[in-house]
This record gives sequence, C-alpha cells and structure tokens, in this order.
Amino acid sequence: MAIEVIAFTAPALALFAMFVVWPMLKAIQFSLFKWKGFGPLVDFVGLKNYVSVLSNDVFIGALGHNLFIVVASIAIQLPLGIAIALLLNRKMRFQGILRTVVFVPYVLAEVIAGVVWFQLLQPKYGVIDSVLAAIGIQGPAQGFLGTPEYALWTVMVVLTWKYLGLAIILFLAGLQSVPQELDEAAQIDGASWWQTQWHITIPLLGPTLRTWAFLSMVGSLQLFDMVWILTKGGPANATTTMATFLINEGTKRSNYGIAGAASVILFVIALTMALLYQRFILRRDNESTDPKKARR
Amino acid sequence: MTAATMTAAPREDATPTRRRRRRTNPLVYFVALVLVAFTLGPVLYAILGGFRTNAQLAANPAGMPDPFVWSNYVNVLTDARFWTYALNSSVVALLTTAMVVVFGLMAAYPLSRYHFKFREPLYMIFVAGLLFPATVAVIPLFIIISKDLGMSNTWWGLALPQAAFALPMTIVILRPFLQAIPSEIEEAAFIDGASRLQVFIRMMVPLAGPGLVTVGVLAFVGSWNAYLLPLLLLQGNMRTLPLGVADYSSEHSADTAGVFAFTSLAMIPAMIFFLTMQRRIVGGLSGAVKG
Repeated sequence: MAIEVIAFTAPALALFAMFVVWPMLKAIQFSLFKWKGFGPLVDFVGLKNYVSVLSNDVFIGALGHNLFIVVASIAIQLPLGIAIALLLNRKMRFQGILRTVVFVPYVLAEVIAGVVWFQLLQPKYGVIDSVLAAIGIQGPAQGFLGTPEYALWTVMVVLTWKYLGLAIILFLAGLQSVPQELDEAAQIDGASWWQTQWHITIPLLGPTLRTWAFLSMVGSLQLFDMVWILTKGGPANATTTMATFLINEGTKRSNYGIAGAASVILFVIALTMALLYQRFILRRDNESTDPKKARR
Repeated sequence: MTAATMTAAPREDATPTRRRRRRTNPLVYFVALVLVAFTLGPVLYAILGGFRTNAQLAANPAGMPDPFVWSNYVNVLTDARFWTYALNSSVVALLTTAMVVVFGLMAAYPLSRYHFKFREPLYMIFVAGLLFPATVAVIPLFIIISKDLGMSNTWWGLALPQAAFALPMTIVILRPFLQAIPSEIEEAAFIDGASRLQVFIRMMVPLAGPGLVTVGVLAFVGSWNAYLLPLLLLQGNMRTLPLGVADYSSEHSADTAGVFAFTSLAMIPAMIFFLTMQRRIVGGLSGAVKG
C-alpha cells in the first residue's frame, strides 16, 4: 500500500517541491546575501537586506498601498456586491444574460483589461477625459493615471470593474443556499423586502461573505499585473505595491537579496493575515459546518 | 421609495412570490442597466474602437465608427506574431491543464481513499501551498528555470511551474469529490478481481468527472491569463497572448485603434471558452469558496 501511495502522489509532490517549495527556500536564502546574480553566493549579510527593505520609503509606501487596496476592495465591493446580488436574485427578465455579462471582466486577463483601461484613461484623447469634458469637468493635465493624487484611486476603480462581478457571482451562488421559505415566512409576518434581506438573508450569507473577503485580501496583497500595465508603480511611486517593488528590484536592478527579503516579508504579512483571519473570523464557519456536508 | 412599494404588495396577496414575479420594481431594471453599461462599456468601446481610424478616435473619442474601418483587424489577423502568440498560449495552457488534472487526481486519490499514517500531514503540505503567493517565489523561480534547468523560453519551462502552483487548489477541490464516492463500489470491483490501477482508471476517473472539469477549466483560464511568470520567462517569439497585447500596446502607443483591434481579438478565445464553460467556472469557484 505504501508503494502505491508513493507512486500516486510522487508526480504532484515532485512538481510541488521543485517549483513551489524550492524557490521559496531560495528566496529565504537570497534574502540573507548580497547577490547580484553572478558567481557564487558568498556575501552573507545576515538580516541587513531586511533592515534596508523595512527602512526603504518606497517599500513602506508599497505596503501602505497594499493595505489601502485590501481595505478599499472590501469597503467598496462588499456593499455594492451584496446590493446588486440581492437585486439580481429577484425574479426578473434577462436574468441569465445579466449574470453572464457581470462576469465578463473577471474572465478577461488582467493584462488585457489593463491595456483597455490604459487607453480609455489617456489624458485628453482618451474617452473618459473627453466624456468628462463634455459635462464640464476638466481631467488632470497628466491624466488620472499620471497624477500622483489620483493614480491609486484610479487603479482602485479599474480593480472594482474587474472584480465586482466575481463578488456578485459568488454572493448569488451563496444566495442559492438561503432557503426561500424563510423569506416568505418573514414577508407573511409583515416584514418589508429590505427588512427580510437585512435580518435574514444577509446573515445567512455570512460564510460566503467571509470567505470572499479572505480571497479578496490575499489577492490584494499580491497585486501585480494591473498595476504593472497601468502605471508600472508610478507616478512617483504613488501606486507601487509590494509585488511591483520586488519585481523591480529583482529584474531591473538584479538586487536579488533585496527582492528575496521583500518577498519573505510579503509572505510573512500574507501568512499572518491569513492565520489571524482564520483564527478570529473564519473559525465560526469551520466549527458550524461539517466539511463533507458543505459540498454539493 | 423601494421600501414603500415593497411593503404594500405581499399583504393582500395570498402568494407573495408569484406576485413579485409579475411586477418587478423598475429600480431593479435601472440598476441592472447601469451595471451592464459599467461592465460591458469598456469592452464594447475597445471592440468598436478597433473599427475606427486614429483620426476618428482623436477627433471624437466618444463617437461611433463612421465609416467602419476593417483594416485594423485585418492587419492584426495577417500579423504572424498574433498567431504565434496564440499558439504559444494554447500549447502552454493545454500542457498546464493536462498536468494539473492528471497529477492532481493521482495525488487526490490516495489522500481521499487510502488510510495511512501520514495522510493528513501530506494533505496539509498541499493546503499550505495555497498560502504561498506565486509572486513571492517568482524571482528564484526565474533563476532556477533559466540558469539551473536551462528551460527559459520553452513551453515546458512555463507549464511546469504553472501546474505546480495550480496543484494545491486542484487537490483541495478534488479530494471531497473522491471522498463522496461510496467505498462499496470499489470493494465490489476488488472482489471481481480488479487491480488498484484498474479501479482508479475505470471508476475514479469517470466518477470524479465533474470535479475534473472544474479544476481543468480553472487551470486553463489561469494559465491563459497569466502574466508575471511568462513576463520573466519568455522572450520574442515564445511569448504568450497577454504579453503580446502588452508589447503591442507599448510598441504602438500612438496607434490606439490598432491596439484596440489587437486587444479585442486577444479577448475572443477566453470569451468563447468562458461562455461555453461558464457554469463550470461558477460552480467550481463557489465550491472552492465554500470549502
């Protein structure tokens, strides 16, 4: 039996060890050396790279941007997603088409979506500036992506466009498991539609919302593609994320030690957040549902 | 306004649900319309933009194509690079998907149906993989693949790590699928003299079918849309479609209409795949979220 277990799991374990675990360990190793990618790994510098990453204003700014995106994504998409999912969950015409349409941005590659938005947001000649001009609003001279005060918010708008559909679809799927009888019972008792949703449906949607928020957090911490296409982290580092920082250090400047330290810090932050979230928020769901029953 | 109209209806009607079906609040349709405009607007603008000239775009950015110009799309479709990128994307996505499905199912099988000492620790190793952001490992991965393995700029050099990173999610989704298969079926087959391997191929593969489609679609879309790893590993003619779009956009920054045409055509494969597989993707995602 043992041989069979090994035979069945070996290919997956080998791939996983080689392309996930080994590079992770390498990242830790790099983080302890001052290495430019040539010759042997000899310049051991201990935790110096960590000190320089953590005292680097650009990295600290990037960390702030990631946290902003974590919070803003949830603050914007959660209420919007719930409201729209509740509306779309009502009997209406074109429901099937609507659900398909809502999901379109999510299916597009982030790069392709980013290129389209980059064109729409071109200063002056882009359609967004010209539509705004038509209603009397003058866009910033450098464009929304080129002006430090607006750039991060603009990225946030594009991210909302890209990921709101995912939230809506997941919430709609969650709503399928909310029993209709409860709704009907409450309405017969005289509760209004909004009262029913607020007191009955949304609380029952809890597990879906909490898991969605978790996925959203993890995604926000790793954000790279969209930022790289829209701004490359600029202007003046106004939209740098931890991921664009470490890619920049690793590929453009060949500072593998700094990139390694930044990636270990990113990993520790992601892991800490995941564990805290698991411990304090998701735990309720894990206790209350039998994992076998939760699946269809 | 909504609250008022909604409270009035159910009271005097014996079947509130049916009543609601007949009279949907106009507000619902208004919200739906705004949502569709917000969602599809940029995509439609890009597709229509491909039918315009740069002069048209500059003169009136918000206008319609007048007249319709086909040359942008023709130029992209007769550009050999477009087809090379599309071929690379397809091959890499197929290789990735095949490895994810086959190796994922093989690993999920003993993890769900065998009883052995290290089963749960072994499973936890893969679960922990969900917490490794690919971004974190990407620089060492780039060095390992290009310097240690000499596989940069090859289809396999990209497909192997992509499959590795897709495995944890695959195993987490597949394990409950296999666990749900009653053990009597297996036992009956053993009594009839079937070997482990026969049981695996003849019974587990078909019975896990829906789960396999879900993980396959997720792996395919993930690979098709990937950017960071291909960006580091592939150059020139080995590049995939998303990289091609990004390159085209920066190389032809003055040719907005051309960029729109290239981007719109690059959207098509994912769109078609999505429309045919939509229910699978949604089912798989909501299954994953519930887990």
